[in-house]
Amino acid sequence: MFFVALKMLTGDRAKFFGIIFGITFASMLITQQASIFVGIMTRTFGFLTDTNQPDLWVMDPKVQFVDDIKPMQDTMLLRVRGVEGVRWAMPLYKGLIQARMENGTFQTCNVVGLDDATLIGGPGEMVEGSLEDLRLADSVIVDQVGAATRLAKPAPGAPRDAEGNIPKDWPRIPLTVGDTLELNDRRAVVVGICKVSRTFQSQPVVYTTYSRATRYAPQQRKLLSFILVKAEQGVDPSILSDRITHQTGLAAYLTKDFIVKTYMYFIKYTGIPINFGISVMLGFLVGTAIAGQTFYNFTLDNLKQFGALKAMGASNGRLLAMILLQALVVGVLGYGIGVGVGSSFAILSKNSELAFRLVWQTLVVTGVAVTFICILASLLSIQKVIRLEPAIVFKG
Amino acid sequence: MSTAAPSAQPASSQAASGKGLAAYCRGVTKHYGSGSNQVLALRGIDLEIPAGKLTMLVGPSGCGKTTLISVIAGILDRDAGECSVFGRDFSAMGQRERTRYRGENIGFVFQQFNLLPTLNAAENVAVPLMILGEGRAAAVAKGKEYLAQVGLGDRWKSLPSQLSGGQQQRVAIARALVHSPRLIVCDEPTSALDHETGGRVMALLKDVALKNDRALVIVTHDARIFSYADQIAKMDDGRVDQVITGSGITAEARGH
Repeated sequence: MFFVALKMLTGDRAKFFGIIFGITFASMLITQQASIFVGIMTRTFGFLTDTNQPDLWVMDPKVQFVDDIKPMQDTMLLRVRGVEGVRWAMPLYKGLIQARMENGTFQTCNVVGLDDATLIGGPGEMVEGSLEDLRLADSVIVDQVGAATRLAKPAPGAPRDAEGNIPKDWPRIPLTVGDTLELNDRRAVVVGICKVSRTFQSQPVVYTTYSRATRYAPQQRKLLSFILVKAEQGVDPSILSDRITHQTGLAAYLTKDFIVKTYMYFIKYTGIPINFGISVMLGFLVGTAIAGQTFYNFTLDNLKQFGALKAMGASNGRLLAMILLQALVVGVLGYGIGVGVGSSFAILSKNSELAFRLVWQTLVVTGVAVTFICILASLLSIQKVIRLEPAIVFKG
Repeated sequence: MSTAAPSAQPASSQAASGKGLAAYCRGVTKHYGSGSNQVLALRGIDLEIPAGKLTMLVGPSGCGKTTLISVIAGILDRDAGECSVFGRDFSAMGQRERTRYRGENIGFVFQQFNLLPTLNAAENVAVPLMILGEGRAAAVAKGKEYLAQVGLGDRWKSLPSQLSGGQQQRVAIARALVHSPRLIVCDEPTSALDHETGGRVMALLKDVALKNDRALVIVTHDARIFSYADQIAKMDDGRVDQVITGSGITAEARGH
């Protein structure tokens, strides 16, 4: 009878594709919106995942998320180094500094200052040059996307006005090794290009040494953003974290805990989850409405056929199985196509500004939503068929 | 219930003569609705349906013909009375057993054919076998055989929409026979057909359906096909007024 169920389902192409369209739409929208949400959330803590050497991030206790810098005095570094169980503790500067472009415009950059001696906290992947080149005078390393977009330089042959500025609409080419920037009126030479995770505010990331970064930064009494800490072998980082907090009064988080703290801040204090939640819910509701209505209509149109099958000896259980099979088929097809189309955004947006990150959990959530849509759609149909009097077939 | 023609042979006497009864009803009542909206569709039906014979239920619209065959076929519950099909009472069976028994023992031919529009002719014929659990390939092969019996062997691939009304009814007849049921129930099998096609369908029904002592019950008010009957039960207002057999049938057909 499953053969009959499938023939009934696929026989009316318009309705068949209508049901699949509804589920595909829901599946695609849920996958796509949820992936953009995950992508944006990932950008909020991208810097933390890129900086994978330390066990602990030590900071001012009032810091709420990774970009909420509350600088500490440099002496705190020494206090942390003095805590038992600390293998090493390195300073890290993180702050927003204006870069003056060759065409006269300004671009805010996320400047990261690494410990001068060890360069701990540097980018994970170098595209051009090497991290060691940061030891050269005035050197900086710029992230690949930033170099190609916000920090891109004017193409050769650009005209200049009386003040030496280049027209804003003049074509631009990526910043390369050897180019120079002005960071807060100080010269910076690009010695390398690196790959980093996109940041939430999409500013270019510029790596340099800690001492140089503090020279680029506006003068403040406190400049130490974070202290990166590695625990001695055999020391539990969680216990060390408590010890640092107890002895220094600073907050110390495991990387994974700081990640949670960061994205929870964005979830709690921004409208991002609500906005994306509405989109996801809309996709779910529209998908349910289209698929449910079409599937129900499909059953209503075939009610007499179901009645005939019932009169000829098909049990309710068998008809139920037929409807569930039909729902399963449209569900699997709709889910597959929807997720496929949704996933294609991942490929298309790979080198774009779009924050899109497809994780397996999103596929599971979409699958659950599609299953729910199919169950809802088939429930209406099932109760109609179960209650159906086979005597309906004798009504002309 | 009374017997009109002198040559009429009561079904019970047929049973006694060894032909046997396919089904019988005694004092069967059935109502629809409740309170002031209650309609009494069957008001104490007594009827015997002999095996190997074609019984027609005739009468004006709303007289209870369709309700009666629905009760006999076990797709409607009666309110009171006795009704037995091959010695079994549907009311004494559970839902699952009743459905199974109906699937195994009763074949249906419907007024609007009720063929599944997306299945071809052979697949449509095979449906009762598939309901009974037979594999698709074997069921369809058997479906083709039965299509050949009703003269549509070469049209087995056709969808219902590609067949004429008469051809669709022949497919429906093949479907009603394919699982070798002992009782065939037909609801207005010729009302959607022209006179000539209707005649051919009736001849075919009588030829193929009554084999092996099978019983055939046809609900109709198409007087043109009365002459094919072995027994006519005339119904009015929820009662069987008269059962006509033998030469009485010819007279009844002429009378219309």
